[in-house]
Amino acid sequence: MDMLICVFCFVFFPPPVSHSQITRLYSRFTSLDKGENGTLSREDFQRIPELAINPLGDRIINAFFPEGEDQVNFRGFMRTLAHFRPIEDNEKSKDQNGPEPLNSRSNKLHFAFRLYDLDKDDKISRDELLQVLRMMVGVNISDEQLGSIADRTIQEADQDGDSAISFAEFVKVLEKVDVEQKMSIRFLH
Amino acid sequence: MVMQGDRGRCCRGTGAIQGPHGDAGGLGQVLGLLRWQWQEVQVPCLVAAWILVASLAKIVFHLSRKVTSIVPESCLLILLGLGLGGIVLAVAKKAEYQLEPNMFFLFLLPPIVLDSGYFMPSRLFFDNIGAILTYAVVGTLWNSFATGVALWGLHRAGLMDPGVKAGLMDFLLFGSLISAVDPVAVLAVFEEVHVNETLFIIVFGESLLNDAVTVVLYKVFNSFVELGPAHIHATDYVKGVVSFFLVSLGGTAVGLLFAFLLALITRFTKRVRIIEPLFVFLLAYVAYLAAEMVSLSSILAVTFCGICCKKYVEANISQKSRTTVKYTMKTLASSSETIIFMFLGISAVDTSKWAWDTTLVLGTLLFILLFRAVGVVLQTCVLNRFRLIPLDRIDQVVMSYGGLRGAVAFALVILLDGAKVKAKDYFVATTIVVVFFTVIVQGLTIKPLVTWLKVKRSDHHKPTLNEELHEHAFDHILAAVEDIVGHHGYHYWRDKWEQFDKKYLSQLLMRKSAYRLRDEIWDVYYKLNIRDAISFVDQGGHVLSAAKLALPSMPSRTSMSESSVTNLLRESGSGACLDLQVIDTVRSRRDKEDAVMHHVLRGSLYKPRRRYKASYSRHFISPDKQERQDKEIFRQNMKRRLETFKSTKHNVCSSKSKARLKEKGRKKATHRVPHPPTIPPYLAAAPVLVMVSSDEEESNSSETEREDDEGIVFIARATDEVLQGKKTPGSLDVCPSPCIIPPSPTLAEKELPWKGDQADLAVYVSSETTKIVPVDMQKAWNQSISSLESIASPPGIETGPQHKRFTCPVLEEQPQSASQVTPEQRSCFQFPSHVSKSSRSQSDSSPDGTEQQELQPLMAAEEPNRIVPSTEPRWLIQFNRASHL
Repeated sequence: MDMLICVFCFVFFPPPVSHSQITRLYSRFTSLDKGENGTLSREDFQRIPELAINPLGDRIINAFFPEGEDQVNFRGFMRTLAHFRPIEDNEKSKDQNGPEPLNSRSNKLHFAFRLYDLDKDDKISRDELLQVLRMMVGVNISDEQLGSIADRTIQEADQDGDSAISFAEFVKVLEKVDVEQKMSIRFLH
Repeated sequence: MVMQGDRGRCCRGTGAIQGPHGDAGGLGQVLGLLRWQWQEVQVPCLVAAWILVASLAKIVFHLSRKVTSIVPESCLLILLGLGLGGIVLAVAKKAEYQLEPNMFFLFLLPPIVLDSGYFMPSRLFFDNIGAILTYAVVGTLWNSFATGVALWGLHRAGLMDPGVKAGLMDFLLFGSLISAVDPVAVLAVFEEVHVNETLFIIVFGESLLNDAVTVVLYKVFNSFVELGPAHIHATDYVKGVVSFFLVSLGGTAVGLLFAFLLALITRFTKRVRIIEPLFVFLLAYVAYLAAEMVSLSSILAVTFCGICCKKYVEANISQKSRTTVKYTMKTLASSSETIIFMFLGISAVDTSKWAWDTTLVLGTLLFILLFRAVGVVLQTCVLNRFRLIPLDRIDQVVMSYGGLRGAVAFALVILLDGAKVKAKDYFVATTIVVVFFTVIVQGLTIKPLVTWLKVKRSDHHKPTLNEELHEHAFDHILAAVEDIVGHHGYHYWRDKWEQFDKKYLSQLLMRKSAYRLRDEIWDVYYKLNIRDAISFVDQGGHVLSAAKLALPSMPSRTSMSESSVTNLLRESGSGACLDLQVIDTVRSRRDKEDAVMHHVLRGSLYKPRRRYKASYSRHFISPDKQERQDKEIFRQNMKRRLETFKSTKHNVCSSKSKARLKEKGRKKATHRVPHPPTIPPYLAAAPVLVMVSSDEEESNSSETEREDDEGIVFIARATDEVLQGKKTPGSLDVCPSPCIIPPSPTLAEKELPWKGDQADLAVYVSSETTKIVPVDMQKAWNQSISSLESIASPPGIETGPQHKRFTCPVLEEQPQSASQVTPEQRSCFQFPSHVSKSSRSQSDSSPDGTEQQELQPLMAAEEPNRIVPSTEPRWLIQFNRASHL
């Protein structure tokens, strides 16, 4: 079974993920899978103790689940994790025409963007931004302060004047940030 | 810290004063009132005077921020020492006040090493232990031999002055003492450079751990030199290798032994709090002396004593003692360092010990730089195959360049026996030059180099709000993904160790009150938190009151009380924004707003867990907020999960729940397994409110010291009304059955790795703040998980434990309980008939009646009489612990 899945991943997984990494991730997957049914539920993720002290923990858990689903299989698990593979030097040059790899800059950004964008309208509204801010900021900041921060953030990024941050604006405002590095984990080579 | 010259000067000094002294003596015989007693106080007086001079000099240096931002303090101190030494030389016509090796090793070095060991970011240290050990052992060996052999080669080639009479062994000896990276110098320079913490810990850890190698090589070669090359047998080489293991492992063992003793002793100091800090310093120092006595590595002994005892000591001693230990240690280490550098400068003036040879000096400088670079590159090549985060080229450059030599090398070279080592004077001169070169030239240039190479710093400026915000989000995302991936390779062994620690060590070394607090989830990030504990407490008052005041609004964040509280807080918050730098840079109103917002954000954004650990700094006790942050985040997360959960199971709380949560919850609900009949019906209808009481923390920070343990209360209510804010007491009796939901073990507790045995379920909380947080989290976590578990898990698996649990909960909770009479002796379950009454009378802090009921801390440990057992349909679980056991 393990081997089958590994082979499966080799075939279907576009970026070159090494065999040992897949087995390692698979064993992690199975260790998380308390129900032992080959899929992870939200509760499986919520059992990871460190996530409980991560302010965005639950948002990230949700990012693993496709729209309207409550289970994620190993392939979906890997697909989400693939966003965090670092971009290797040889990948930059080759295969410009092919489908964009999951770990491209734009996909990395989109992953982050989706964490904000709860209603999936491709815009971060003030409310959505406020919710994330409230999660990330300590309790000793007032709602008014947060509100003004959110306003300022949107104003800073907003170009078309709709009082919301679209994905294009999101990319634009982060163009100076080394997203490739900040959204990569070396483990997932 | 008596300097060699002190005595000489004193003799002469008294000689000079002899005249007046004689007069005074004569006068004293007459009057008996005043007597010149310089001779009796001269030693401590001179010591104090030197420390005073050095400290005043530090103040002067820091008057100008510009100078200290460019020139490291260690450079300034050496230069000051040079100046003072010059003055002394000019006045006394003879160099005085040397850095005496014995004094250096016995008095000046221990505080620095203890400080670095005790405040070592231990998790970071053990994360990189492989790399640190490799660089410390292999790197130092390589440097010693390569430098020694290369210098010998130069000598053989006839490039050196014929006055340098040295053989291969002499050069190897010199190589061994000159090649060790010095912890004092590294610390002094690196803590001002602020490179990223991995880089820092590797260089710093190496400088600490290479002591064993240096000591062994130095001793072995020293004895070889003394024996003479003709008398060395093959067995001596074997002995040398064996002695390396003996010295390093023995030193470590001594350190561990004393750490154990120290922890054990502090377990019993409850009634003599005042001498707790003394024990810490005394035993660590005795560890150092003991290791030195049997010629083991004393630096290793103190380092490991500090690293290992900290966890238990911090848990045992009181909060004030913690603060005392921290400040005393920092003060001692800082003054030691100051004096070391100043005396290095002063010692260098003594030209009588110098014998200059240009080839030797230049050759040594070249070789130590070259071989260190080569060694670092080669070792990193190998290490990077195993490291999760490889060290890139820039890191390697900084590591090579950061190999500073310092006072240890100087003291060792002074210790050489001039009769045996013919070229001692040349070696002394070379060592002084090398030390000065590395500390001054490399110390001065490493900052620009780091900037120029764009080495990852530990701090960086964010130009826009968006970038700041989103990058924080990125960091959190990465941290979460790393946790999901289970990216920690060494975790297995850490877990093993922690289980051992929990089962045996902690029970033995920690007070019961302290030990009870830390199990299960707390273990996971205990190491992260412990270092921040003191500073957390230091600034706890304000923050915690905020946290506590925010509590009443837990079910609904946007309630009135919240906004009033936050209004209150905002004033102080905005006050904090106006620091000097912000004002300076303000140009327009818009800029000012920006700056203020940046400031607010920077101050209060949660830091990502992994990356947050700042590096070690001796002089600045940074107020970390990790613990408070963890607690807040945890509370919020749990609240969100519970809200989701509530709105999933029943839409009673709809008025209070956020829309998004309901949405999430409904989605979840549609996929849930329908409830099995084994789940008690009330559970489905009962929102579980996890109360995390932070009362103790606040009172603790305001009151002087309350050592008694207090109960922490988790209230699980069967009534929705409380959450919905209805105040009618009559409607409280909604719950159909007087059942108990102990947050007792479910399936999860048996399966999850961090869940412990069920006997641990009784919650014991002491008022010591640092230990409260984890329990809050842990229990809240347990409870939320068990409540989620019990609903979500399939019936078949759940039946057994559930049944057992509900039939005899008390027994399971308290296996050793003999009677159930006194509520404060154990955790117990009670069915108070007048909860609403008693709650009102008990909790007088919160203004709102409803919130009182939710909040009610139920300090039954203090007021046990208030709880009247009954069979009222409301149930209430209390976990209490006796104030006095």
